[in-house]
Amino acid sequence: MSEATQKVAVEITINGTCYRRTVEPRMLLVEFIREEVGLTGTHIGCDTSYCGACTLILDGSAVKSCTLFAVQADGGEVITVEGLEKDGQLHPLQQAFSSEHGLQCGYCTPGMLMSSLALLAEQPDPSEKDIRKGLSGNLCRCTGYQNIIKAVKTAAQDLREA
Amino acid sequence: MYPAPFNYHRPGSLDEAVGLLAELGDTAKPLAGGQSLIPILKLRMDEPSDLVDIARLPGLHFARSEGGAIRIGALATHANIGRSPLVEDIPILGDCANGIADAQVRARGTIGGSVSSADPSADWPTLLCTLDAEIVCRGSNGSRNVPMRDFIRDSYTTVLGQAELVTEIRFKVPPANSGGAYIGYKKSAPAYPTASAGVQLTLADGNVCQQVRLALGASGPRPVTSEEAENLLRGKTLTQALLEQAAEAIVEVSDPPSDSRGTAGFKRAILHSLFVKAAHRAMERAGGSRIVGRHEYV
Repeated sequence: MSEATQKVAVEITINGTCYRRTVEPRMLLVEFIREEVGLTGTHIGCDTSYCGACTLILDGSAVKSCTLFAVQADGGEVITVEGLEKDGQLHPLQQAFSSEHGLQCGYCTPGMLMSSLALLAEQPDPSEKDIRKGLSGNLCRCTGYQNIIKAVKTAAQDLREA
Repeated sequence: MYPAPFNYHRPGSLDEAVGLLAELGDTAKPLAGGQSLIPILKLRMDEPSDLVDIARLPGLHFARSEGGAIRIGALATHANIGRSPLVEDIPILGDCANGIADAQVRARGTIGGSVSSADPSADWPTLLCTLDAEIVCRGSNGSRNVPMRDFIRDSYTTVLGQAELVTEIRFKVPPANSGGAYIGYKKSAPAYPTASAGVQLTLADGNVCQQVRLALGASGPRPVTSEEAENLLRGKTLTQALLEQAAEAIVEVSDPPSDSRGTAGFKRAILHSLFVKAAHRAMERAGGSRIVGRHEYV
């Protein structure tokens, strides 16, 4: 490593707003979002790409933002959990997680919601197996998953009927 | 967790990337999807001075059939491959592409990265041994093709030169009446497999095995292959007894480490049953059955 620490300009659109920052290339996307931009809805869980708490949408795909440098997302479009609610109205997924008790402590919930969003974009009418597979990269230590699966099913139906 | 500091480069072309790697020397590393490399850097198991980000290099994201050959660009993600029409005709590809880790990792991780990082538990190197794939490598002196079976020298060690990149994976379209299956057994979705087995075969009438390729993964520093086990099956009518015999022959030459995923003895037992299961699935597919497969975990 050279003596002077390199900094790079990074421009990322998050929930429709463009943020420009100059950061070290080793800055992780999740840190960029939490520390530089101040959006703390995206959680850091295991920090080793297992638990999925840091999941967000980058250019249409769910990704683990603890396993991605911010500079890799330069020029990209990100949606975080803060981008789900519109005009004070919860997104159907958020509504369903609430009505079906799809969360207890809530730590995994932002990641669960973002993985579910990507899943439903690809499979609007998923089977229980599809949901289990789609959320297999997200761990929850409270619910036992049953209510999360119910919530995604309910949201899928609400979105199809909307 | 943060990696040690590094300088970041994003070349615009393959030539530029290879040139940069040559110029920066052996403390520089290429970065593609980062799904293997970034966890390694965060754990500070490696501290490269420079990362050369090749993820956006144009023209390396394809996955297609062309003139009797399958060609997959090094930067094709597992998700790209899993969604491609290739998995209809060559279902063993889908087992791997749709079975690796979870949706988030599959969206970023690339086949070229999996092959180049040469993790002993990685899925693609093992699977590609069953398809007799060739790895197309590009360095400052041009391109060369290396058979997958010769590409990995040891754990995390390939034949790639310091300024050489994998650009493509190629193999022949399997003949009619072929089928294959790859099954990884793992503790949870994001985990690397505890053990894995791949079987690709071509059948004649009466379950006679015309051609077969076998490989085991997470069973030693490199993918485990066995010509002896293949010879047991080739030209024979495939029976349960014969498959069990081939399983014994290939598991015999495996060398799975005892670690947090299980003891060597446990892994050998798992490898045996995974192999037999993969062989049955491959035979059913060769017979025309459409079976959707994936890795297995509780």
